[in-house]
Amino acid sequence: MRPYLLFVFVAIFALAGCEQSPYRDGEALYKAQCANCHMDDGRGLGALMPPLAGADYLKKERAQLPCILMFGLADTIVVNGQTYGEKMPGVPTLTAVEITNILNYVNNAWGNQNGVFTLEEVRKSLETCK
Amino acid sequence: MIKHIFWMFLLVAGLAACGGEEKRTLPILGERDVVNGDTIYPTVPDFAFINQDSQLVTNATFAGKIYVVDFFFIHCPTICPKVKANGVRIYEKYKNDPRVAILSHSIDVRNDTVAALKRHADKLGVGTPQWHMVTGEEDAIYGIADNYFSVATKNPEAPGGFDHSGRLILVDKNRHVRSFCDGTDAEETSRFMKDIDLLIEEQFGAKASK
Ligand code: HEC
Repeated sequence: MRPYLLFVFVAIFALAGCEQSPYRDGEALYKAQCANCHMDDGRGLGALMPPLAGADYLKKERAQLPCILMFGLADTIVVNGQTYGEKMPGVPTLTAVEITNILNYVNNAWGNQNGVFTLEEVRKSLETCK
Repeated sequence: MIKHIFWMFLLVAGLAACGGEEKRTLPILGERDVVNGDTIYPTVPDFAFINQDSQLVTNATFAGKIYVVDFFFIHCPTICPKVKANGVRIYEKYKNDPRVAILSHSIDVRNDTVAALKRHADKLGVGTPQWHMVTGEEDAIYGIADNYFSVATKNPEAPGGFDHSGRLILVDKNRHVRSFCDGTDAEETSRFMKDIDLLIEEQFGAKASK
């Protein structure tokens, strides 16, 4: 009886897991490191925090994204036609693997369909950071 | 027997929940004193700050109003934007109701000048004077945080250089704190907004507009 119950539980958990984003690690990292500013739903905040959900910037500046996560951004940028100029602090303790996970989550959550980042691609981008 | 006790508990809990749903009154928060047989409730003390439009903001600004309080700073790398996002929800809901105001205290008096607060308000889309973003004497701001059951201090170790709680606090027109919530949490804020409606009904005898 008992082992059987356990099995059912595991099955339920596994099924529940399927419904969520395939980028679970990235999602957890996003919630911890980014959601305070960009919000859980990626919508950003007014003219202070740019959105990530549906953001054209993610496609246009794909090669820059790893460096932005690691070293931040203090620039005047335009996202979906709106200008932003606040400072984003980077998270220099992130590893290339973690950056890959976060970027895969961000680029495929909230209706985004910007494809997958490979660890290789992220490593190459990181070499170009100024 | 144990089973019986369990059911009793459920029943009592259920009844209590029903009673609360029907006609809930928000408690007056804080430690009360009894003086000569009278209960004295803690009240928010006098204050004087300057808002984003260079206007003096005092208790008189909120006379006859209920208001929501928080503490923040503009270059906050952690919880502030989430609290602000929930503050914007409250602002959007009550911006046409002159009985409700919002008072956000900057705890970074060095950087968050009146001009910086003005820019911040503009970028949040806050166009009416109902949401006061204030600065003032550092000690006065850190001191009054206590009265709102909030934390606001300098801490070089903390991200951004300050420690503060992301609470939203509800104050009634008699200067009593009546409710608060974790302003980083959208669901808690929804609950808190119900408390605002409840307080409007209690203090103004009419339902919240909209
Ligand atoms: C303290 C707030 C804050 C945090 C935390 C933060 N960002 Fe940002 N982010 C910003 C701001 C502000 C900008 C705009 C910067 C500028 O204008 O130079 C920005 C810009 C961006 C951009 C480019 C613009 C866009 O919307 O596409 C991306 C991508 C981005 N952030 C992703 C992230 C990710 C991923 C994390 C977590 C690792 C993160 N940010 C953490 C505030 C923050």
